[in-house]
Amino acid sequence: MRKNQVAVVGAAETTELGIIPNASQLQLHADAALNAIADAGLKLSDIDGFATAVETPQQVCHYLGIKPTWVDGTSVGGCSFMLHVRHAAAAIEAGLCQTVLITHAESGKSMIGKLPRSTPPDSLNGQFEAPYGVYGPPSMFPIPVLRFMKTWGITHEQLASVAVVQREWAAKNPRAMMKDPITVADVLNSRMIAYPFRLLQCCLVTDGGGALILTSADRARDFPRKPVYIMGTGESVETPMVSQMETFNSSRAFKTAGPLAFKEAGIAHKDVDHLMIYDAFAHLPLFGLGDLGFMPYEATGQFIADGNTRPGGKLPLNTNGGGLSYMHSGMYGMYALQESVRQMRGIAPAQVPNAKISVCHGVGGMFAASGTIVFTNER
Amino acid sequence: MAEPQRARPKPTPETQHFWDGTKAGELRLQRCDACAHVYFPPRPFCPSCASRKVSIFKASGRGFLYSYVINHRPAAPGFTPPYAIAVVELDEGPRMMSNIIDCPQTPEALELDMKLEVAFQELDDKITLPVFRPAKG
Ligand SMILES: [Zn+2]
Repeated sequence: MRKNQVAVVGAAETTELGIIPNASQLQLHADAALNAIADAGLKLSDIDGFATAVETPQQVCHYLGIKPTWVDGTSVGGCSFMLHVRHAAAAIEAGLCQTVLITHAESGKSMIGKLPRSTPPDSLNGQFEAPYGVYGPPSMFPIPVLRFMKTWGITHEQLASVAVVQREWAAKNPRAMMKDPITVADVLNSRMIAYPFRLLQCCLVTDGGGALILTSADRARDFPRKPVYIMGTGESVETPMVSQMETFNSSRAFKTAGPLAFKEAGIAHKDVDHLMIYDAFAHLPLFGLGDLGFMPYEATGQFIADGNTRPGGKLPLNTNGGGLSYMHSGMYGMYALQESVRQMRGIAPAQVPNAKISVCHGVGGMFAASGTIVFTNER
Repeated sequence: MAEPQRARPKPTPETQHFWDGTKAGELRLQRCDACAHVYFPPRPFCPSCASRKVSIFKASGRGFLYSYVINHRPAAPGFTPPYAIAVVELDEGPRMMSNIIDCPQTPEALELDMKLEVAFQELDDKITLPVFRPAKG
Protein backbone atom coordinates (compact mmCIF):
# COMPACT_ATOMS: atom_id res chain seq x y z
CA MET A 1 0.00 0.00 0.00
CA ARG A 2 1.29 3.49 -0.78
CA LYS A 3 1.88 5.65 2.26
CA ASN A 4 -0.08 8.76 3.27
CA GLN A 5 -2.85 8.26 0.70
CA VAL A 6 -5.59 7.90 3.32
CA ALA A 7 -6.22 9.91 6.48
CA VAL A 8 -8.23 9.81 9.69
CA VAL A 9 -10.61 12.78 9.56
CA GLY A 10 -12.89 11.85 12.45
CA ALA A 11 -12.10 10.23 15.78
CA ALA A 12 -14.01 10.01 19.02
CA GLU A 13 -14.69 7.80 21.99
CA THR A 14 -18.05 7.28 23.67
CA THR A 15 -19.36 10.26 25.62
CA GLU A 16 -18.78 8.33 28.84
CA LEU A 17 -16.01 5.83 29.58
CA GLY A 18 -15.69 3.49 32.52
CA ILE A 19 -18.93 2.21 34.01
CA ILE A 20 -21.91 3.00 31.78
CA PRO A 21 -25.02 1.34 33.26
CA ASN A 22 -27.46 3.23 31.06
CA ALA A 23 -26.51 2.03 27.56
CA SER A 24 -26.38 -1.26 25.69
CA GLN A 25 -23.32 -2.35 23.75
CA LEU A 26 -25.08 -1.53 20.48
CA GLN A 27 -25.98 1.96 21.70
CA LEU A 28 -22.35 2.51 22.70
CA HIS A 29 -21.38 1.77 19.06
CA ALA A 30 -23.90 4.40 17.97
CA ASP A 31 -22.74 6.93 20.58
CA ALA A 32 -19.11 6.60 19.45
CA ALA A 33 -20.14 6.76 15.78
CA LEU A 34 -22.26 9.88 16.23
CA ASN A 35 -19.42 11.57 18.13
CA ALA A 36 -16.94 10.72 15.36
CA ILE A 37 -19.32 11.91 12.66
CA ALA A 38 -19.75 15.21 14.50
CA ASP A 39 -15.98 15.45 14.94
CA ALA A 40 -15.54 15.07 11.18
CA GLY A 41 -18.37 17.49 10.37
CA LEU A 42 -20.16 14.82 8.33
CA LYS A 43 -23.68 13.44 8.03
CA LEU A 44 -24.51 9.74 8.44
CA SER A 45 -25.43 9.65 4.75
CA ASP A 46 -21.82 10.56 3.87
CA ILE A 47 -20.62 7.18 5.18
CA ASP A 48 -20.33 4.59 2.39
CA GLY A 49 -17.93 2.15 4.04
CA PHE A 50 -18.25 0.47 7.41
CA ALA A 51 -16.21 -1.87 9.59
CA THR A 52 -16.68 -3.31 13.05
CA ALA A 53 -15.81 -6.40 15.12
CA VAL A 54 -17.80 -8.79 17.34
CA GLU A 55 -21.05 -7.06 16.43
CA THR A 56 -21.78 -7.60 12.72
CA PRO A 57 -21.67 -4.76 10.19
CA GLN A 58 -25.37 -5.37 9.41
CA GLN A 59 -26.29 -4.98 13.08
CA VAL A 60 -24.53 -1.64 13.55
CA CYS A 61 -25.30 -0.27 10.06
CA HIS A 62 -29.00 -0.97 10.50
CA TYR A 63 -29.06 0.57 13.97
CA LEU A 64 -27.28 3.70 12.75
CA GLY A 65 -29.15 3.92 9.44
CA ILE A 66 -26.08 3.56 7.23
CA LYS A 67 -26.28 2.14 3.68
CA PRO A 68 -22.72 1.04 2.90
CA THR A 69 -21.23 -0.16 -0.39
CA TRP A 70 -18.21 -1.68 1.41
CA VAL A 71 -18.12 -3.53 4.72
CA ASP A 72 -15.50 -5.36 6.77
CA GLY A 73 -16.46 -7.58 9.68
CA THR A 74 -12.94 -8.78 10.47
CA SER A 75 -13.11 -9.92 14.07
CA VAL A 76 -9.77 -11.16 15.38
CA GLY A 77 -9.96 -9.75 18.90
CA GLY A 78 -8.81 -6.45 20.30
CA CYS A 79 -6.62 -5.47 17.34
CA SER A 80 -9.48 -5.90 14.84
CA PHE A 81 -9.64 -2.12 14.50
CA MET A 82 -6.01 -1.89 13.39
CA LEU A 83 -6.88 -4.40 10.67
CA HIS A 84 -9.99 -2.37 9.79
CA VAL A 85 -7.83 0.74 9.33
CA ARG A 86 -5.51 -1.22 7.04
CA HIS A 87 -8.37 -2.74 5.03
CA ALA A 88 -10.23 0.57 4.84
CA ALA A 89 -7.15 2.37 3.56
CA ALA A 90 -6.78 -0.25 0.82
CA ALA A 91 -10.48 -0.05 -0.05
CA ILE A 92 -10.42 3.75 -0.28
CA GLU A 93 -7.31 3.65 -2.45
CA ALA A 94 -8.94 1.03 -4.68
CA GLY A 95 -12.02 3.23 -5.07
CA LEU A 96 -14.44 0.79 -3.42
CA CYS A 97 -15.71 3.53 -1.10
CA GLN A 98 -14.87 7.09 -0.09
CA THR A 99 -15.64 7.53 3.59
CA VAL A 100 -15.26 4.66 6.04
CA LEU A 101 -16.62 4.53 9.59
CA ILE A 102 -15.01 2.03 11.99
CA THR A 103 -16.76 1.43 15.31
CA HIS A 104 -15.98 -0.47 18.49
CA ALA A 105 -17.99 -0.69 21.66
CA GLU A 106 -18.19 -3.13 24.49
CA SER A 107 -20.30 -3.28 27.60
CA GLY A 108 -17.40 -5.14 29.20
CA LYS A 109 -18.26 -4.20 32.80
CA SER A 110 -22.02 -3.65 32.81
CA MET A 111 -22.66 -6.52 30.36
CA ILE A 112 -25.71 -4.91 28.77
CA GLY A 113 -26.46 -6.39 25.36
CA LYS A 114 -22.99 -7.95 25.31
CA LEU A 115 -22.64 -10.92 23.00
CA PRO A 116 -21.65 -14.16 24.75
CA ARG A 117 -18.12 -15.48 24.30
CA SER A 118 -18.01 -19.24 24.45
CA THR A 119 -15.60 -22.08 23.71
CA PRO A 120 -17.45 -25.05 22.18
CA PRO A 121 -16.28 -28.36 23.70
CA ASP A 122 -15.57 -29.78 20.24
CA SER A 123 -13.40 -26.84 19.15
CA LEU A 124 -9.64 -27.30 19.39
CA ASN A 125 -9.52 -24.84 22.29
CA GLY A 126 -12.41 -26.71 23.90
CA GLN A 127 -10.64 -30.05 23.59
CA PHE A 128 -7.02 -29.16 24.25
CA GLU A 129 -7.02 -26.07 26.51
CA ALA A 130 -10.35 -25.61 28.32
CA PRO A 131 -10.12 -28.94 30.25
CA TYR A 132 -6.97 -27.71 32.00
CA GLY A 133 -8.68 -24.89 33.84
CA VAL A 134 -8.17 -21.87 31.61
CA TYR A 135 -10.88 -19.41 32.47
CA GLY A 136 -10.73 -16.02 30.84
CA PRO A 137 -7.75 -13.99 29.65
CA PRO A 138 -5.96 -13.67 33.04
CA SER A 139 -5.46 -17.45 33.14
CA MET A 140 -4.24 -17.63 29.52
CA PHE A 141 -2.49 -14.46 28.41
CA PRO A 142 0.31 -14.67 31.04
CA ILE A 143 1.14 -18.32 30.24
CA PRO A 144 4.20 -17.36 28.10
CA VAL A 145 5.60 -14.91 30.70
CA LEU A 146 7.74 -17.23 32.82
CA ARG A 147 9.49 -18.64 29.74
CA PHE A 148 10.01 -15.14 28.32
CA MET A 149 11.47 -14.01 31.66
CA LYS A 150 13.83 -16.98 31.91
CA THR A 151 15.05 -16.73 28.32
CA TRP A 152 15.65 -12.98 28.38
CA GLY A 153 16.55 -12.39 32.01
CA ILE A 154 13.51 -10.23 32.77
CA THR A 155 12.68 -9.68 36.47
CA HIS A 156 9.39 -9.47 38.37
CA GLU A 157 10.31 -5.91 39.35
CA GLN A 158 10.78 -4.90 35.71
CA LEU A 159 7.39 -6.36 34.81
CA ALA A 160 5.86 -4.48 37.73
CA SER A 161 7.40 -1.22 36.52
CA VAL A 162 5.25 -1.38 33.37
CA ALA A 163 2.16 -0.77 35.51
CA VAL A 164 3.90 1.94 37.54
CA VAL A 165 4.96 3.95 34.48
CA GLN A 166 1.56 3.70 32.84
CA ARG A 167 -0.10 4.97 36.00
CA GLU A 168 2.12 8.05 35.70
CA TRP A 169 0.64 8.69 32.24
CA ALA A 170 -2.89 7.99 33.48
CA ALA A 171 -2.47 10.61 36.22
CA LYS A 172 -2.31 13.22 33.44
CA ASN A 173 -5.50 12.00 31.80
CA PRO A 174 -8.84 13.17 33.25
CA ARG A 175 -10.67 10.30 31.54
CA ALA A 176 -8.40 7.57 32.93
CA MET A 177 -10.11 5.11 35.25
CA MET A 178 -7.15 4.73 37.65
CA LYS A 179 -5.06 7.83 38.42
CA ASP A 180 -3.52 7.35 41.88
CA PRO A 181 0.28 6.85 41.80
CA ILE A 182 1.55 3.32 42.50
CA THR A 183 4.98 1.85 43.23
CA VAL A 184 6.69 -1.38 42.19
CA ALA A 185 6.04 -2.63 45.75
CA ASP A 186 2.32 -1.83 45.40
CA VAL A 187 2.21 -3.91 42.22
CA LEU A 188 4.10 -6.83 43.73
CA ASN A 189 1.87 -6.77 46.83
CA SER A 190 -1.42 -6.54 44.96
CA ARG A 191 -3.73 -9.55 44.91
CA MET A 192 -2.41 -12.59 43.04
CA ILE A 193 -4.45 -13.33 39.92
CA ALA A 194 -2.41 -15.84 37.93
CA TYR A 195 1.21 -16.21 39.02
CA PRO A 196 3.39 -14.42 38.06
CA PHE A 197 0.79 -11.72 37.51
CA ARG A 198 -1.01 -9.74 40.16
CA LEU A 199 -4.03 -7.49 39.96
CA LEU A 200 -2.13 -4.33 38.97
CA GLN A 201 -0.49 -6.18 36.05
CA CYS A 202 -3.87 -7.10 34.57
CA CYS A 203 -6.09 -4.80 32.52
CA LEU A 204 -9.16 -3.03 33.80
CA VAL A 205 -12.64 -4.18 32.87
CA THR A 206 -14.77 -1.25 31.75
CA ASP A 207 -17.48 -0.09 29.35
CA GLY A 208 -16.92 2.16 26.38
CA GLY A 209 -16.37 2.53 22.69
CA GLY A 210 -14.72 4.52 19.96
CA ALA A 211 -15.03 5.29 16.28
CA LEU A 212 -12.78 6.46 13.46
CA ILE A 213 -13.57 7.98 10.07
CA LEU A 214 -11.16 7.60 7.17
CA THR A 215 -11.10 9.14 3.71
CA SER A 216 -8.57 9.85 0.99
CA ALA A 217 -5.75 12.22 1.86
CA ASP A 218 -6.80 14.52 -0.97
CA ARG A 219 -10.31 14.89 0.44
CA ALA A 220 -8.98 15.11 3.99
CA ARG A 221 -7.77 18.67 3.42
CA ASP A 222 -11.39 19.91 3.43
CA PHE A 223 -12.24 18.54 6.88
CA PRO A 224 -12.34 20.59 10.08
CA ARG A 225 -9.66 18.57 11.92
CA LYS A 226 -5.99 18.28 11.12
CA PRO A 227 -5.70 15.08 9.02
CA VAL A 228 -3.77 12.17 10.49
CA TYR A 229 -2.26 10.13 7.66
CA ILE A 230 -1.95 6.36 7.47
CA MET A 231 1.77 6.01 6.83
CA GLY A 232 2.23 2.26 7.17
CA THR A 233 0.23 -0.81 8.11
CA GLY A 234 0.74 -4.48 8.96
CA GLU A 235 -1.32 -7.44 10.12
CA SER A 236 -1.03 -11.13 10.86
CA VAL A 237 -2.51 -14.01 12.84
CA GLU A 238 -0.84 -16.96 14.52
CA THR A 239 -3.01 -19.33 16.60
CA PRO A 240 -6.13 -19.15 18.77
CA MET A 241 -4.41 -21.52 21.24
CA VAL A 242 -1.78 -19.82 23.36
CA SER A 243 -0.19 -23.24 24.00
CA GLN A 244 0.50 -23.61 20.27
CA MET A 245 2.50 -20.41 19.71
CA GLU A 246 5.75 -21.12 17.86
CA THR A 247 7.68 -19.82 20.86
CA PHE A 248 7.03 -17.96 24.11
CA ASN A 249 10.19 -15.88 23.60
CA SER A 250 8.39 -13.62 21.13
CA SER A 251 5.14 -13.34 19.17
CA ARG A 252 5.14 -14.42 15.53
CA ALA A 253 2.08 -12.27 14.80
CA PHE A 254 3.82 -9.21 16.33
CA LYS A 255 7.03 -9.94 14.41
CA THR A 256 5.09 -10.08 11.15
CA ALA A 257 2.71 -7.12 11.55
CA GLY A 258 5.13 -4.64 13.12
CA PRO A 259 8.00 -4.79 10.63
CA LEU A 260 5.50 -4.76 7.71
CA ALA A 261 4.15 -1.44 8.95
CA PHE A 262 7.64 0.03 9.48
CA LYS A 263 8.68 -1.04 5.99
CA GLU A 264 5.59 0.40 4.35
CA ALA A 265 6.07 3.67 6.21
CA GLY A 266 9.74 3.72 5.29
CA ILE A 267 10.76 4.71 8.82
CA ALA A 268 13.46 3.68 11.25
CA HIS A 269 12.89 3.18 14.97
CA LYS A 270 14.60 6.47 15.81
CA ASP A 271 11.88 8.26 13.80
CA VAL A 272 9.13 7.14 16.20
CA ASP A 273 8.00 9.99 18.48
CA HIS A 274 5.12 8.20 20.15
CA LEU A 275 4.29 4.54 20.67
CA MET A 276 1.23 2.59 21.71
CA ILE A 277 1.58 -1.12 22.50
CA TYR A 278 -1.71 -2.78 23.47
CA ASP A 279 -1.24 -3.69 27.12
CA ALA A 280 -3.92 -6.12 28.17
CA PHE A 281 -1.26 -7.45 30.57
CA ALA A 282 2.09 -6.08 31.71
CA HIS A 283 4.25 -8.30 29.50
CA LEU A 284 2.86 -7.06 26.22
CA PRO A 285 4.95 -3.87 26.02
CA LEU A 286 8.09 -6.00 26.48
CA PHE A 287 7.10 -8.38 23.69
CA GLY A 288 6.17 -5.36 21.56
CA LEU A 289 9.45 -3.49 22.08
CA GLY A 290 11.36 -6.62 21.10
CA ASP A 291 9.12 -7.92 18.31
CA LEU A 292 8.86 -4.50 16.64
CA GLY A 293 12.65 -4.29 16.69
CA PHE A 294 13.10 -1.33 19.03
CA MET A 295 15.72 -3.21 21.07
CA PRO A 296 16.92 -6.70 21.98
CA TYR A 297 14.41 -8.58 24.16
CA GLU A 298 16.97 -8.70 26.98
CA ALA A 299 16.89 -4.90 27.18
CA THR A 300 13.11 -4.37 27.22
CA GLY A 301 12.49 -4.78 30.96
CA GLN A 302 15.34 -2.53 32.05
CA PHE A 303 14.38 0.04 29.39
CA ILE A 304 10.96 0.47 30.97
CA ALA A 305 12.21 0.18 34.57
CA ASP A 306 14.76 2.94 33.82
CA GLY A 307 11.96 5.35 32.92
CA ASN A 308 12.56 5.63 29.18
CA THR A 309 8.85 5.26 28.43
CA ARG A 310 7.53 7.54 31.20
CA PRO A 311 6.47 11.17 30.77
CA GLY A 312 9.55 13.04 29.58
CA GLY A 313 11.31 9.81 28.59
CA LYS A 314 12.85 9.24 25.18
CA LEU A 315 10.16 6.82 23.94
CA PRO A 316 6.71 7.87 25.28
CA LEU A 317 4.67 4.66 25.48
CA ASN A 318 0.97 4.13 26.22
CA THR A 319 0.45 7.79 26.96
CA ASN A 320 -3.26 7.49 27.80
CA GLY A 321 -2.43 5.15 30.70
CA GLY A 322 -3.09 2.04 28.62
CA GLY A 323 -5.33 -0.91 29.26
CA LEU A 324 -3.78 -1.17 32.72
CA SER A 325 -4.91 2.30 33.88
CA TYR A 326 -6.95 4.15 31.21
CA MET A 327 -9.69 1.74 30.26
CA HIS A 328 -10.13 -1.73 28.80
CA SER A 329 -13.56 -2.76 27.61
CA GLY A 330 -12.32 -6.13 26.35
CA MET A 331 -11.10 -5.02 22.92
CA TYR A 332 -8.71 -2.18 23.68
CA GLY A 333 -7.25 -1.62 20.19
CA MET A 334 -9.68 1.18 19.37
CA TYR A 335 -8.55 3.20 22.40
CA ALA A 336 -4.89 2.82 21.43
CA LEU A 337 -5.77 4.12 17.96
CA GLN A 338 -7.71 7.03 19.47
CA GLU A 339 -4.70 8.03 21.56
CA SER A 340 -2.38 7.89 18.54
CA VAL A 341 -4.78 10.13 16.62
CA ARG A 342 -5.00 12.58 19.54
CA GLN A 343 -1.20 12.70 19.75
CA MET A 344 -0.93 13.36 16.00
CA ARG A 345 -3.59 16.06 16.22
CA GLY A 346 -1.68 17.61 19.14
CA ILE A 347 -4.65 17.45 21.53
CA ALA A 348 -3.80 14.53 23.86
CA PRO A 349 -4.18 15.18 27.60
CA ALA A 350 -0.53 14.12 28.01
CA GLN A 351 0.66 15.53 24.70
CA VAL A 352 4.14 14.57 23.48
CA PRO A 353 5.63 17.86 22.23
CA ASN A 354 6.13 18.03 18.46
CA ALA A 355 5.25 14.37 17.88
CA LYS A 356 5.14 13.68 14.14
CA ILE A 357 5.11 9.89 13.91
CA SER A 358 3.07 7.55 16.09
CA VAL A 359 3.20 3.75 15.98
CA CYS A 360 0.13 1.93 17.25
CA HIS A 361 0.50 -1.81 17.80
CA GLY A 362 -2.34 -4.12 18.72
CA VAL A 363 -2.90 -7.69 19.82
CA GLY A 364 -5.95 -9.91 19.36
CA GLY A 365 -6.76 -12.88 21.56
CA MET A 366 -3.76 -14.27 23.45
CA PHE A 367 -1.09 -13.34 20.87
CA ALA A 368 -3.53 -14.84 18.32
CA ALA A 369 -3.56 -11.83 16.01
CA SER A 370 -1.80 -8.53 15.51
CA GLY A 371 -2.18 -5.25 13.67
CA THR A 372 0.16 -2.28 13.47
CA ILE A 373 -0.56 1.21 12.16
CA VAL A 374 2.01 3.98 11.66
CA PHE A 375 0.40 7.43 11.74
CA THR A 376 1.87 10.80 10.81
CA ASN A 377 0.59 14.36 10.81
CA GLU A 378 2.88 15.41 7.96
CA ARG A 379 2.26 14.38 4.39
CA MET B 1 -27.83 -28.34 42.06
CA ALA B 2 -24.85 -30.37 40.89
CA GLU B 3 -21.35 -28.98 41.31
CA PRO B 4 -20.22 -27.12 38.20
CA GLN B 5 -18.13 -29.54 36.15
CA ARG B 6 -14.71 -29.24 34.63
CA ALA B 7 -14.88 -28.46 30.89
CA ARG B 8 -15.06 -31.75 28.99
CA PRO B 9 -13.60 -32.22 25.54
CA LYS B 10 -15.92 -33.46 22.81
CA PRO B 11 -13.95 -35.36 20.14
CA THR B 12 -14.39 -34.68 16.43
CA PRO B 13 -13.68 -37.15 13.61
CA GLU B 14 -10.19 -35.65 13.31
CA THR B 15 -9.35 -35.95 17.01
CA GLN B 16 -11.09 -39.23 17.93
CA HIS B 17 -7.85 -41.25 17.67
CA PHE B 18 -6.22 -38.98 20.27
CA TRP B 19 -9.04 -39.49 22.80
CA ASP B 20 -9.18 -43.24 22.03
CA GLY B 21 -5.46 -43.25 22.81
CA THR B 22 -5.68 -41.52 26.18
CA LYS B 23 -8.46 -43.92 27.17
CA ALA B 24 -6.10 -46.79 26.33
CA GLY B 25 -3.26 -45.15 28.29
CA GLU B 26 -1.39 -43.86 25.25
CA LEU B 27 -0.42 -40.34 24.23
CA ARG B 28 -0.83 -40.38 20.45
CA LEU B 29 0.79 -37.91 18.09
CA GLN B 30 0.93 -37.71 14.30
CA ARG B 31 3.93 -37.80 12.00
CA CYS B 32 4.01 -36.80 8.35
CA ASP B 33 5.00 -39.69 6.08
CA ALA B 34 6.38 -37.23 3.53
CA CYS B 35 8.47 -34.82 5.62
CA ALA B 36 8.61 -36.53 9.07
CA HIS B 37 7.14 -33.47 10.83
CA VAL B 38 5.54 -34.39 14.17
CA TYR B 39 2.59 -32.20 15.08
CA PHE B 40 -0.25 -31.49 17.49
CA PRO B 41 -3.21 -30.86 17.77
CA PRO B 42 -4.52 -33.68 15.54
CA ARG B 43 -5.53 -33.21 11.92
CA PRO B 44 -5.49 -35.57 8.93
CA PHE B 45 -2.78 -33.70 7.01
CA CYS B 46 0.63 -32.21 7.66
CA PRO B 47 0.58 -28.50 8.62
CA SER B 48 4.19 -28.24 7.46
CA CYS B 49 4.00 -29.67 3.91
CA ALA B 50 0.24 -30.28 3.33
CA SER B 51 0.68 -34.01 2.70
CA ARG B 52 -2.38 -36.09 3.55
CA LYS B 53 -0.19 -39.13 4.16
CA VAL B 54 0.27 -39.04 7.91
CA SER B 55 0.62 -41.72 10.59
CA ILE B 56 -0.52 -41.94 14.17
CA PHE B 57 2.05 -43.17 16.68
CA LYS B 58 2.41 -43.60 20.42
CA ALA B 59 4.54 -40.82 21.88
CA SER B 60 7.09 -41.41 24.62
CA GLY B 61 5.03 -39.36 27.08
CA ARG B 62 8.20 -37.59 28.19
CA GLY B 63 8.80 -33.86 28.05
CA PHE B 64 9.67 -30.81 30.09
CA LEU B 65 7.90 -27.85 31.66
CA TYR B 66 7.99 -25.06 29.08
CA SER B 67 5.91 -22.44 30.93
CA TYR B 68 2.92 -22.05 33.23
CA VAL B 69 0.73 -19.83 35.34
CA ILE B 70 -0.63 -20.65 38.78
CA ASN B 71 -4.23 -19.57 38.53
CA HIS B 72 -5.72 -18.02 41.65
CA ARG B 73 -8.83 -16.26 40.43
CA PRO B 74 -11.21 -16.60 38.82
CA ALA B 75 -11.05 -20.40 39.01
CA ALA B 76 -12.56 -22.51 36.26
CA PRO B 77 -15.52 -24.71 37.21
CA GLY B 78 -14.30 -27.94 38.77
CA PHE B 79 -10.94 -26.48 39.87
CA THR B 80 -9.78 -25.49 43.34
CA PRO B 81 -7.30 -22.62 43.25
CA PRO B 82 -4.40 -22.20 43.21
CA TYR B 83 -3.71 -24.59 40.36
CA ALA B 84 -1.07 -24.57 37.63
CA ILE B 85 -1.97 -24.40 33.96
CA ALA B 86 1.14 -25.63 32.21
CA VAL B 87 2.52 -25.96 28.72
CA VAL B 88 4.63 -29.07 28.27
CA GLU B 89 7.13 -29.52 25.47
CA LEU B 90 7.19 -33.18 24.44
CA ASP B 91 10.42 -34.96 23.53
CA GLU B 92 8.94 -35.46 20.04
CA GLY B 93 8.67 -31.67 19.59
CA PRO B 94 5.04 -30.56 19.90
CA ARG B 95 3.80 -28.68 22.94
CA MET B 96 0.52 -29.17 24.72
CA MET B 97 -1.36 -27.52 27.53
CA SER B 98 -1.81 -29.67 30.63
CA ASN B 99 -1.87 -29.80 34.42
CA ILE B 100 0.97 -30.96 36.64
CA ILE B 101 -0.02 -33.57 39.23
CA ASP B 102 1.87 -35.06 42.21
CA CYS B 103 3.63 -31.71 42.67
CA PRO B 104 2.93 -28.71 44.92
CA GLN B 105 1.34 -25.94 42.86
CA THR B 106 4.00 -23.39 43.84
CA PRO B 107 6.67 -21.41 41.97
CA GLU B 108 9.30 -23.18 44.09
CA ALA B 109 8.17 -26.68 43.11
CA LEU B 110 7.33 -25.89 39.50
CA GLU B 111 10.71 -25.26 37.96
CA LEU B 112 10.90 -24.40 34.29
CA ASP B 113 12.61 -27.16 32.27
CA MET B 114 11.86 -29.84 34.90
CA LYS B 115 11.41 -33.27 33.34
CA LEU B 116 7.84 -34.53 33.15
CA GLU B 117 6.06 -37.73 32.21
CA VAL B 118 2.51 -38.29 31.09
CA ALA B 119 -0.21 -39.66 33.35
CA PHE B 120 -3.85 -40.25 32.60
CA GLN B 121 -6.80 -38.81 34.46
CA GLU B 122 -10.21 -40.37 33.75
CA LEU B 123 -12.95 -37.74 33.67
CA ASP B 124 -15.79 -40.10 32.72
CA ASP B 125 -16.33 -43.25 30.66
CA LYS B 126 -15.70 -41.34 27.44
CA ILE B 127 -12.86 -38.93 28.22
CA THR B 128 -9.47 -39.49 29.80
CA LEU B 129 -7.20 -36.44 29.96
CA PRO B 130 -3.44 -36.57 29.56
CA VAL B 131 -1.76 -34.75 32.45
CA PHE B 132 1.88 -34.69 33.54
CA ARG B 133 3.86 -35.45 36.70
CA PRO B 134 7.51 -34.88 37.61
CA ALA B 135 9.55 -37.63 35.95
CA LYS B 136 10.97 -40.29 38.26
CA GLY B 137 14.74 -40.65 38.40
ZN1 LIG C 1 4.88 -32.93 6.04
